Amino acid sequence: MRYIEPHAHMVSRVTDDYRAMTVSGCAAVCEPAFWAGFDRGSAAGFHDYFCQLTDHEPRRAAKFGLPHYCWLCINPKESEDLTLAREVVELIPEFLKKPTVLGIGEIGLNRNSRNEVKVLEMQVDLAARHDQLILVHTPHLEDKLKGTRLILDVLRADRRIQPGRCIIDHVEEHTVGMVLEAGFWAGMTLYPETKCTSARAVDIVERYGADRLWMNSACDWGVSVPLAVPYAALEMRRRGHSPEEMDRLIYGNPMRFLSQCPKFRPPDSPS
Amino acid sequence: MNRQQLLDLYFLEARSKLIDLAAFLDRIDQAEGEADFRLAAFLRALDTVHAAGGGRAERVLLCLSDSSREPAPVAPGNAACGAWPGETQS
Repeated sequence: MRYIEPHAHMVSRVTDDYRAMTVSGCAAVCEPAFWAGFDRGSAAGFHDYFCQLTDHEPRRAAKFGLPHYCWLCINPKESEDLTLAREVVELIPEFLKKPTVLGIGEIGLNRNSRNEVKVLEMQVDLAARHDQLILVHTPHLEDKLKGTRLILDVLRADRRIQPGRCIIDHVEEHTVGMVLEAGFWAGMTLYPETKCTSARAVDIVERYGADRLWMNSACDWGVSVPLAVPYAALEMRRRGHSPEEMDRLIYGNPMRFLSQCPKFRPPDSPS
Repeated sequence: MNRQQLLDLYFLEARSKLIDLAAFLDRIDQAEGEADFRLAAFLRALDTVHAAGGGRAERVLLCLSDSSREPAPVAPGNAACGAWPGETQS
């Protein structure tokens, strides 16, 4: 089995997780910028975090032969302070030149506030001006439906945005349809308690097809499982999916989407 | 997969979750104090599971979702809790 982990917050994980992922067939890992579990006090804090994502973490992953890529942004949970958000967004262009930066993400909404929408628009504009891929976080739990609708409104309102270059993550049964129908890619996050279980993710694949879907662990400092993607592949096998179908979903699809960024190089992993 | 195969694969897991759910409601019943909007939303969502037709998971999620359309003036300080106190769609 081979797979690409398209969404993992490895700065929050121990080195043993890199080893477990590598021996489980992980061929590349991609890390969106996110909330640290506490609000950072200044733009300088984000500068250090972007250095960690673009310099330190790739070196940590390389010890296990694992290519590490990242996405940069100010996350929606820290978007209520517009002054801080503007300062952080101004930092990002210098980092976009780094060889492992894939695009802008995970931008999006958290509690669906007006300021969060403004910062989302600001970062969609940043992505458009710099011709970057976009990775979008959709809100948690009861906020997901409304947030996904608002996010789609923002993305569709900007004519420079090509849906095929945006992935809207953390979809569930009530949001996946609207995302795919609008032409965007959709990500399913495999969490033990919130978002999708493996069985539900496979249900969604069977209902909507695997054309523009990927699966990720989004492992971080919370309740999450770094090997969730291979575990979901095992679920597919139990449901009678062929090895080719599994490979397409967990390796081919992330490869297809991420390769739209010329910096993403196909991993030379055995199949 | 056919129904028999799906039952073979998932029945015990679903049975376990069903008993957990029943035990959770018993626990709530036996406790003192007032429940909040989350329990009402949970019970409404549970009702939709009995309804005929597919799309049960989607209906449950809709029952627990904020169905308003306008952005909030400011982000509420608390984290999402899994249910919405307003009138939801189902």
